[in-house]
Amino acid sequence: MTTFLTLLLNGLSLGAIYALIALGFAVIFKASEVVSFMHGSLLLFGAYTIARLNESIGFFPAFVLGVLATAAVGLLVERLLINRLRGAPVISLAIITIGVDIIMLTELTRRIGSDILNVGHPWGGEFVRIGGVGITENRLYAMLTAGILIALFFAAFKFSSWGVAMRASAEDGETAALMGIKLGRVSALAWIIGAGLAAVAGLFLVGSPTPGVAPGVHNVALRAFPAAILGGLDSTGGALVGGMVIGIAEAMAAGYQDQLLFLGRGFGDVVPYVVMILVLLVRPSGLFGTKELTRV
Amino acid sequence: MSETAVARGLGDELTAPAPGAGKSRGRGPFTLRNLLLLLALALMLVAPIFVPEFWLRTGFAVFGAIIGAIGLNLLVGTTGQLSLAHAFFLAVGAITYVFVSGSPGGTATAVDGLGYPPLVGMIAGVVLAGLAGLVFSPIAARLRGIYLGVASLGLVFIGQHVLNTWTSVTGGFNGRTAPRFELFGFSFGSDNPTLFVANVPFRGPERLWYLGLVLAILAYVFAKNLLRSRPGRALQTLRDSEVAAAVMGVDVQRYKARVFLVSSMYAGLAGVLYALSIGSVAPESFALDLSILYLAMIVLGGLGSVGGAALGALFVTSLPLTFQQYADKLPLVSQPGQGGVSAGQAARLLFGLAIIIVVLFEPEGLVGFGNRIKRLGRRGARRTTSHRPDPTAEPTPSPTPAQGSTT
Repeated sequence: MTTFLTLLLNGLSLGAIYALIALGFAVIFKASEVVSFMHGSLLLFGAYTIARLNESIGFFPAFVLGVLATAAVGLLVERLLINRLRGAPVISLAIITIGVDIIMLTELTRRIGSDILNVGHPWGGEFVRIGGVGITENRLYAMLTAGILIALFFAAFKFSSWGVAMRASAEDGETAALMGIKLGRVSALAWIIGAGLAAVAGLFLVGSPTPGVAPGVHNVALRAFPAAILGGLDSTGGALVGGMVIGIAEAMAAGYQDQLLFLGRGFGDVVPYVVMILVLLVRPSGLFGTKELTRV
Repeated sequence: MSETAVARGLGDELTAPAPGAGKSRGRGPFTLRNLLLLLALALMLVAPIFVPEFWLRTGFAVFGAIIGAIGLNLLVGTTGQLSLAHAFFLAVGAITYVFVSGSPGGTATAVDGLGYPPLVGMIAGVVLAGLAGLVFSPIAARLRGIYLGVASLGLVFIGQHVLNTWTSVTGGFNGRTAPRFELFGFSFGSDNPTLFVANVPFRGPERLWYLGLVLAILAYVFAKNLLRSRPGRALQTLRDSEVAAAVMGVDVQRYKARVFLVSSMYAGLAGVLYALSIGSVAPESFALDLSILYLAMIVLGGLGSVGGAALGALFVTSLPLTFQQYADKLPLVSQPGQGGVSAGQAARLLFGLAIIIVVLFEPEGLVGFGNRIKRLGRRGARRTTSHRPDPTAEPTPSPTPAQGSTT
């Protein structure tokens, strides 16, 4: 039972990180119809910047600057590329982010080389025990931070004028534009938020129990894709649920590895994709996604 | 199908035939285009006599990639089904070939093998990859656009897991060697039987070159014909609007399944050639990277165009190898292990940039650039006569996706 609870808690914390990334996917998709294949690079970029700056200016300034820098990259991509392609097919938009991803990942991989950079979190990798259930400090903070950020996001989404503008433009872009909502600004802000969230997720993803900043983190970010898809790409609440489902499923599969040996070692890494394909078989637009209607 | 569409099938570029440009664009067996094609073919046929081994090996890799890219383009460019699973289908083809034709044993890890002749292995690879595509197609048929893209992404990772785990077939993490290709006793990997053409010894690379050339040409011709046939037109309609296609009497699900079948069979053959060109298969060769490279090929070459896929495959496959070969002569590119940008990285940076530029400025890719130049030439010719048909009047359906089409 303790094992189960431990796995559940660790799954939740992993899920919280996935949810942060998936939320970024969902926001960006809602605002600009772009499926960002460059999120892995954004995340790696955030973690890398924090790790590099940490050497000279200390952790917290580095953290703030890292998140800002990543958000700036998101903004830059939106302004320079996405904004010019308004109305282009979803596939073209996705492909252009793949182009950006190739460039960013190649350059980051080259800079990181074979080192494993340490972000230098002020919190260590110690285990915290809550009534027999253990979790690393890093993951605990991840869960708390993600909880706060997600709550803030949903509050803003519901109550702020940006949130209203965003929901309106996602509902019906043309009408929203006629009502005086600047679609370009909504989309730019969405990219800032999406990239910023990715940087925060990156910070926690490279902390214990993961060894540090290595190009492999890029692949971890791809596992948040199933989270976003599972919940329904255009649903922010779905991203949250999807993140949790994927996080818990992955932690369970890794934890009960010995019982699942017939599926091979390291099955935990592919669980997100298996879950995603199973869900998509039943619900092709995800759990909470808007069903695509076709009018003739 | 409208009549213009049918008429379009007769000549590849049957826009209103412009007077004055008839010399190069008239139909008949002796057009400039055909002559150029014949010349290129003749050059490729005699190439092994002059070209050094390195380029022949590169050429074989390119032929394999051309086949794979044509297959992916049928799926993504022609039918509008975004798939990132191509690496998975390549892996199925390659592994099947290695397993069916390989012999049991292995140095690091014990592997099984059926030891059938390589031709059987190749056919089995193609068929099994096709079947894998067919199995995936019910999932694919339910999903649209981007959902399909991400679901197919999952297939690559699941495939990686299987490749790493199922050691008796795949050789596990370290992979296993691929048996050399052989056709009725004629080996494509060794000197047996010895063969000299114009005093040049025809060894493995020379022989493989011809194998690749023949297979690539067959793949090209088949795809061209497919696109001009009724099913090909149905697929293009499917991309532009599923509803319209269904109304026209196209069985949407069935056509989607079929295009998945054909596309993954192409991928399977490409996988077999990949195994032959590398000489071994390892899981990391079939990671997401490979899918993305194939996507880069068809985007750069031109979505929906068979020739474009071939051009893109040539560009994407040969660029890193060329960079490697001339690393010491190129500015900004450094030797491995010296810091700086390595040849492979330089090539990747260039692909990334090229993808962005193509999507931004020329969604039809290299083929689009070519057409643009042609159009400029035609406009110059047209200016001399007073007859001036509307250059924007394109017959439908165009072989490439429309900028505003919903996919």
